[in-house]
Amino acid sequence: MLTAQIRKERRSSGASSFVLDVSIQVSPGITILFGVSGAGKSTLLDCIAGLVRPDKGQITVGDEVLFDSGRGIYLPAQKRRIAYVFQTLALFPHLSAEENIAYGLSDLPEQETRERVSAILKAFRVDKLRKQKPGELSGGEKQRVALARSLVTEPHALLLDEPLTGLDAELKSSIVDDLRAWNAAKGIPVLYVTHSREEVDALGERMIALDNGRVVSAGAPMDVLNAPRRKKLAQAAGFENLLSATVLDLRETDGVMRVRLQESACEIEVPIGYAAVGSRVHVAIRAGDILLATEQPHGLSARNVLEGRLVSLEQRGTIVIARVDCGLTFVVHVTPGAVRALELASGRPVWLVLKTHSCHLVD
Amino acid sequence: MQALWLSMKLASCVTAILLAVGMPVAYWLAYSTWRGKFLLESVVALPLVLPPTVLGFYALIAMGPRGPLGKLWIALFGHGLAFTFGGLILASVLYSFPFSVQPLTASFEGIDRRLLDASAVLGAGGVRTFLRVILPLSLPGVVTAAVLSFAHTLGEFGVVLMVGGNLAGVTRTVSIDIYDHVQSLEYGEANRMALVLLAISFAVLSVVYAVNRRVWTPWAAK
Repeated sequence: MLTAQIRKERRSSGASSFVLDVSIQVSPGITILFGVSGAGKSTLLDCIAGLVRPDKGQITVGDEVLFDSGRGIYLPAQKRRIAYVFQTLALFPHLSAEENIAYGLSDLPEQETRERVSAILKAFRVDKLRKQKPGELSGGEKQRVALARSLVTEPHALLLDEPLTGLDAELKSSIVDDLRAWNAAKGIPVLYVTHSREEVDALGERMIALDNGRVVSAGAPMDVLNAPRRKKLAQAAGFENLLSATVLDLRETDGVMRVRLQESACEIEVPIGYAAVGSRVHVAIRAGDILLATEQPHGLSARNVLEGRLVSLEQRGTIVIARVDCGLTFVVHVTPGAVRALELASGRPVWLVLKTHSCHLVD
Repeated sequence: MQALWLSMKLASCVTAILLAVGMPVAYWLAYSTWRGKFLLESVVALPLVLPPTVLGFYALIAMGPRGPLGKLWIALFGHGLAFTFGGLILASVLYSFPFSVQPLTASFEGIDRRLLDASAVLGAGGVRTFLRVILPLSLPGVVTAAVLSFAHTLGEFGVVLMVGGNLAGVTRTVSIDIYDHVQSLEYGEANRMALVLLAISFAVLSVVYAVNRRVWTPWAAK
């Protein structure tokens, strides 16, 4: 178990200063640290690793106290046994893959170093590249070498700062599988920073959401992401539709309330929240949660059906992003097959169907 | 030829001392977060703007029998420092200091900080990080510092004349020797020495630029 209660103020050149003030617990296994850039993720990792000294707080791994401002304990990074894979990976450019991996093992006898390096080269499937310099490796290979270099030292915790950005999904999941397999035996706490939904879904066991230097939510990834309480978090978590709305009435027995969206005439039903009639709230809806119909639908359980006009279609990979004007613009994701079957084209009248519980209230 | 040999010996000693002293100073200048470090930077750069005679003058005063360094030297070794080879080395080290410290500082500063962080989280302390990461990655800077220190010491005149005088075999370096020959109208001899110095200087500068142009790159670029 890794615990950290940290307060760290960072003054930038302007008048604004950033305050990181968090308390987190990371149990063995992978915990995702999620948040937009500037939320304080890297500062938090730097504090845990010992590269940045917090103003006050306490950091422990297992029984070991790494930092305690009250007792004046501050272990330098090289004594902490916390592995850290940076976003840039920071492989030593003048050393081969093998030498990079052996770098943290200087205190061991030569024989043992060789055995450990060989074992981890195999576990991360880079044993054929042992003599290559980082400049000669592909992106995915570099990431594997960087992971191997961190884990070979048998650290007590592992910090990963978006280590797999820029890799395609298949390669990513294969690296993640290797990481999981390695950690199955060791069982160390792993704190994994990402702002990619894909990685959250692939990795998710537990998740901590950070915003503006504070923990805003922690728990299972589905719970954290499906109940975003912060607007920025909602945008980051892939809620493509983030709309301001005015509360019209509350129907407490049904657990819903009606809201009017922005300045339009659109009224929808959303789950009831702590809001008074007439107050303004934000509603977040995923583009993938909205159904699109070319005829007015009947006999649906969904409570919200909005009439509109298709403004544009834009294919991105295997999804088509449709923009629909219902007095305000909605972003809807459909498949290329659906576009063909429904003969969707811009200018066409369409109906949008929104389930009440796909509409999330955010602060 | 005795003068050329002496110059070479002087330049080699000065270069070795400058690398040894320059590295810790450059390390500090590159990585210290102290706000007042511009002061030390200014001191290091002083010999670039001061006339050699000013530096030589103060060096001579300090090394003289009544100067602090001179007194210390006499107490330790029983003879004065001025007009000796040792005095010449000391003055030359001061004079060529920026030529060693500045390229070293620049190349230390050029290293990606995350590499140093990576070294620390992998358990390496300051010395090990310096030897295994900083030094190999600033090799071009080290070569530049060494070569410039050597060449600059080889070519100096004013400081040597002030501090060392003109004692054959002890303090008469090539540049002084050339001056002597010109004074006594031995243009042929002066020309011979001058050509040698010109050739050496050209060779030395070629090395610096070859390294900086990555004609020699011992590792793959990132």
